[in-house]
Amino acid sequence: MHRFIRQRAIASLISLMLLVVAVFFLSRLTGDPAALYLPVEASEEMRQQFREVHGLNDPVLVQFGRYVSDLAQLNFGDSIRKARPAFEIVIEAFWWTLQLALITMALVTAAAIVLGSLAAFRAGGLFDRLATVSSLIGASAPDFWVAIVAIVVFSVGLGWVPTSGTGTLAHWILPIAVLFIRPFGLIVQVVRGAMITALSSAYVKTARAKGVKSQAIIFVHALRNAMLPVITVIGDQAAALLNGAVVIETIFGFPGVGKLMIDSILQRDFNVVLAAIMVTAMAIFLMNLLIDLAYSLLDPRIRH
Amino acid sequence: MTQIDVIPDEPKALIRFARMLWADKFALAAALFLCLIFVLALIGPWLLDAAAQKQNLRGRNAPPFDWERGWIWILGADALGRPLLARIVVASQNTMTVAAGAVLGSAVIGTVLGLVAGYAGKRTGLVIMRLADVIMSFPSLLLAVVVLYILGPSVLNLVVVLAITRIPVYLRTTRAEVMEIRERMFVQAAKVMGASSPRIIFRHILPVVLPTLMTIATLDFAFVMLAESALSFLGIGIQPPEITWGLMIAQGRQYLTTAWWLSFWPGLAIILTTLSLNLLSSWMRIALDPTQRWRLEMRASKNEVKP
Repeated sequence: MHRFIRQRAIASLISLMLLVVAVFFLSRLTGDPAALYLPVEASEEMRQQFREVHGLNDPVLVQFGRYVSDLAQLNFGDSIRKARPAFEIVIEAFWWTLQLALITMALVTAAAIVLGSLAAFRAGGLFDRLATVSSLIGASAPDFWVAIVAIVVFSVGLGWVPTSGTGTLAHWILPIAVLFIRPFGLIVQVVRGAMITALSSAYVKTARAKGVKSQAIIFVHALRNAMLPVITVIGDQAAALLNGAVVIETIFGFPGVGKLMIDSILQRDFNVVLAAIMVTAMAIFLMNLLIDLAYSLLDPRIRH
Repeated sequence: MTQIDVIPDEPKALIRFARMLWADKFALAAALFLCLIFVLALIGPWLLDAAAQKQNLRGRNAPPFDWERGWIWILGADALGRPLLARIVVASQNTMTVAAGAVLGSAVIGTVLGLVAGYAGKRTGLVIMRLADVIMSFPSLLLAVVVLYILGPSVLNLVVVLAITRIPVYLRTTRAEVMEIRERMFVQAAKVMGASSPRIIFRHILPVVLPTLMTIATLDFAFVMLAESALSFLGIGIQPPEITWGLMIAQGRQYLTTAWWLSFWPGLAIILTTLSLNLLSSWMRIALDPTQRWRLEMRASKNEVKP
């Protein structure tokens, strides 16, 4: 077990290091921050001074060496845009994204398992067809388009919820509802497929012959065995959400890590980009570890 | 008198697939719709480019379903009075080119790398897999911005960005399948008979992996379309005056409350196309799988008996 975790951590650390190197050099190719933050008529001395202050004057390799040695002391550098430690900014944004992702995935998982199981119980029936088609439509919809249409209908037209921003509980409804749709469509399909396989197995027939209620058969006997592929997909979808739902966060003005990422990339705020990548990569690593542990909880035959 | 049962010859593959497609009406509709989009993307710009470019300031944000103006205005007009129907048709070419190019590029590169990673030694495989990990966790937005700044915005560059980000999908699938297939008897037999590695990989292993890859590619086509429209929507994809469906949604966003149709129709075009791809992909999963195929063939023969 410990060996398994250690091996995984080493592999992830290597990937993370390669990633930081790639992002460090590639992000500097997007242009000079001095050209962006200073007015057009700024003199060359002012630009030079700006670069000096933010350590952008030295050759890129020297900058990289300094960044790595700072990083070794857990110093992620300062944001150019906000003149604050980049790590603080990222953690604040990540907390928002984490809440959004957790709530959305909890709702998606619960709803998809119930609907997918019921669809599989009478495979080919009317309910199954309705569930399949509607989940396919959900999986096909571009989320930003759904977001725009939802704003027009529910915020502008009906006036039920605010259009964007944060503050009250009502602000959470639309982003969560829009983010819900695509993972839900995908996971319903996977649950349905896995449940059809599980329900046609011998132990379900035995349980049925013994007179176990169908509810108990679906949700106790079959579901546990159908969960393995489902958890894999849930993990993939949760990882996508943790990376920040860039478009949805932008449309709804949600201060999450996805919006922070796109803003920082466009504003050439390199330290924030790097810190955001490292924080989300760590979170996804931890989540994948939890998923591996969930595998062995669900299926004792899997040992790491 | 003995009755001789004539066992009909196995029908040709094309006819068999046509029958299986006929058996699944959803997949049939999806295939027909995709054919239509394909034809539109091919000849649409040539037919309607002039109409899609011509500004008409008196018809700004003209509402849809106004029969008096002529069929091309049926979906309304955009903020410069250009007919939306013509623009959607013209934009389909860019949208489809980007998606098809990205899927083709990532599928070919990913499959070749996956074949190598699965068949070659452990060390090569490990290096390739770490590379895939890095690509997977690399923010595609940053990649898009970097390419946009260095190479400039163009259809080809967007294809490159999207292709790179989708390589790991094919790589991982191919590698996993190859690791299993290489242990099978026919591969061992080919090896014993002295077949070279390239021959084994491309003649013996690849045909077995191909159905899975085709299914994934169809599904991924939908994903890439959504990704392209998201990038164009954020302003780091295709730049005007070029148009794609995603860009049309973005351009209509500021007129949301007064002219919903500007964003609505291109979004509907995206949904219908991706939905068709999803339906076709789930049909392919069954039709290309020899152990599942009977489900569709049964239904096809049942249809024949019924009037």
